[in-house]
Amino acid sequence: MSLLAILAPVLLLVIVLAFVTYAILFERKVIGWMQNRIGPNRVGPWGMLQTVADVFKLLIKEDVIPEKADRALFKLAPAIAFVPAFAVLAVIPFTETWKFTDFAVGLLYYMAVSSITIIGIMVGGWASNNKYALLGGMRSAAQMISYEIPLVMSVVGIIMTTGSLNLNDIVHSQKHVWFIFPQIIGFLVFLIAAVSELNRTPFDLPEAESELVAGYHVEYTGFRFAFFMLAEYVYVFAMASLTTVLYLGGWNAPFGLTIIPPIIWFILKFLLVVFFLFWLRATMPRIRVDQLMQFAWKVLLPLAIFNIFLTAVLKEVPGIGHFY
Amino acid sequence: MLRTEEMLLNVGPQHPSTHGVLRLIVKIDGEMIVDAEPVIGYLHRGTEKLAEDLNYTQIIPYTDRMDYLSAMTNNYAIVHATEQLMGLEIPERAEYLRVIVMELNRIASHLVWMGTYLLDVGAMSPFLYAFRDREEILNLFNELCGARITYNYMRVGGVKWDAPPGWIEKVGTFVEYMKKQMRDYHALITGNEIFISRTKGVGVYSKELAIQYGLSGANLRVTGIDWDLRKKQPYSIYSRFEFDVPTGKTGDLYDKYLCRMNEVVESLKIIEQAVNQFPEGGSIMGKVPRVLRVPEGEIYVGIESPRGELGCHIVSKGKDKPWRLKFRRPSFYNLQILPVLLKGENISNLVAILGGIDIVLGEVDC
Repeated sequence: MSLLAILAPVLLLVIVLAFVTYAILFERKVIGWMQNRIGPNRVGPWGMLQTVADVFKLLIKEDVIPEKADRALFKLAPAIAFVPAFAVLAVIPFTETWKFTDFAVGLLYYMAVSSITIIGIMVGGWASNNKYALLGGMRSAAQMISYEIPLVMSVVGIIMTTGSLNLNDIVHSQKHVWFIFPQIIGFLVFLIAAVSELNRTPFDLPEAESELVAGYHVEYTGFRFAFFMLAEYVYVFAMASLTTVLYLGGWNAPFGLTIIPPIIWFILKFLLVVFFLFWLRATMPRIRVDQLMQFAWKVLLPLAIFNIFLTAVLKEVPGIGHFY
Repeated sequence: MLRTEEMLLNVGPQHPSTHGVLRLIVKIDGEMIVDAEPVIGYLHRGTEKLAEDLNYTQIIPYTDRMDYLSAMTNNYAIVHATEQLMGLEIPERAEYLRVIVMELNRIASHLVWMGTYLLDVGAMSPFLYAFRDREEILNLFNELCGARITYNYMRVGGVKWDAPPGWIEKVGTFVEYMKKQMRDYHALITGNEIFISRTKGVGVYSKELAIQYGLSGANLRVTGIDWDLRKKQPYSIYSRFEFDVPTGKTGDLYDKYLCRMNEVVESLKIIEQAVNQFPEGGSIMGKVPRVLRVPEGEIYVGIESPRGELGCHIVSKGKDKPWRLKFRRPSFYNLQILPVLLKGENISNLVAILGGIDIVLGEVDC
């Protein structure tokens, strides 16, 4: 038993790394198809080894640290950005049995730990001693603060319904109705805020290529750069899992199709969210930084608060109250 | 109050959104631009000076490399000026071929603009769609003259290559195809909420300012001034075709986008008419002496390139080489308004406004 307890996190790490490897390939393929291209297809069959080759290239690259950079912080920043990305995975219940902790405040833990990453990004932008990196770091700090609040507010409706912050309990209470239906406003706010948290199109301002070249990681090369990228894709994994758990019923089978094992259901729903994120990238232009702030504070936050109010009211309405 | 400082940011010459080797020295306060100064000359090749040692036919390939997105119109500027000075007659067939390739090139140029502009505001896919359609045009050019970018197609007195059999029909098919594609572009881009919010009301300037800065092309028309040299000073055989000149109302970036998209539609109209009227047979070269000796004199001709008024000023002393050659490159003049437009905008708008002007650095630096 104790051996399993040691091996399980290692296994998860391997799964996550494999996911990141193929998520990048999948993203490039999906976007390639949407843009009338083929996508990577040279390294390995169907381009299966493309990301492996890319990572290998990054690992053997020279590790350049700019002369005037703050060396200690410059080296520390990728680690700060990437450790929380893995730490949040501890509370995600993949199925009834496949989970690491049955944590009473799992949701709160996720929200709190994931926002540590922003410190890594800011430190990285600051320590690089590059103006583009600084602008990118500052942008992401502003963005994260603005979007963390609607993100947390949007899930309050679920907490009110479930009466628990435990992600297991949240999945259990979706046995009959997934929260995406009663909490549709909350879901939309959550989804938009989540995309923004992930720094993905249309909210990819911190690394806006056409404006800030690459944003906060413009001075990073090789292994350290790979760490930032890794953190980003692990967050895609984590956020897609969290969306599945909170709104899509986790491992619960729809229409009573319990023949298919719960883990398959989880993976299917999870992949749907991942695909959605990649799809967005191929279709959307980038929003402007001031519009981003306005949107967070003037649209998303009031909507999230309205959702809380609505949940509280509907809870008392006979007939539909049991959905809330 | 916290003490804040202005920061000097160097944008380019190596930057993904400067469309070549433009450098901007931008003074920013946070993300707000206090002052911007374009630095040009990184692609200067001295075309005008070189031309003084070349005979007229030899200058033509140099003009290909000025506005490299629309080499056909550049070709035309130099041969048209020379022909005017020499008083040459151009055969019908050559005139039609010239108009068809120039308008096709205008479409190709606007497609590149549209794609890269969307890339500037953060959307990736339209770029690839636009290049897919531009590829069709380049294939047509490839079949006609064997080149995809630097055509060296026109000659003083006509054109170098006749249309191969079936080429005109292919152009007709392309026009139909492109009309269908335009509907797709409008469906995908024109109504996009984020695109509208990025471009509506940004980078506005008045008619008076546009004229003061000598803007031309879509940059001028977007303020509502109906000025197109194809209509106002008709050259070649443009007076035979029916087409409209799209103008803007508000003068913002969204209007510029619509203006250029409508220009593509108008160009398609011209090509369609030209294909229908295309003369059977006939020569493609007029009667031109073996050695081109341009009579002593001076001439300025302006033509409508995709970017604005492309002028060519020749001073001849009766030799086989020009004594002095001067190009009025529209991108160079259009770029001058940039510092005025950028003041008080933020970095995201910098990219959008610069992209909206539609500069080609090969032409700015010449």
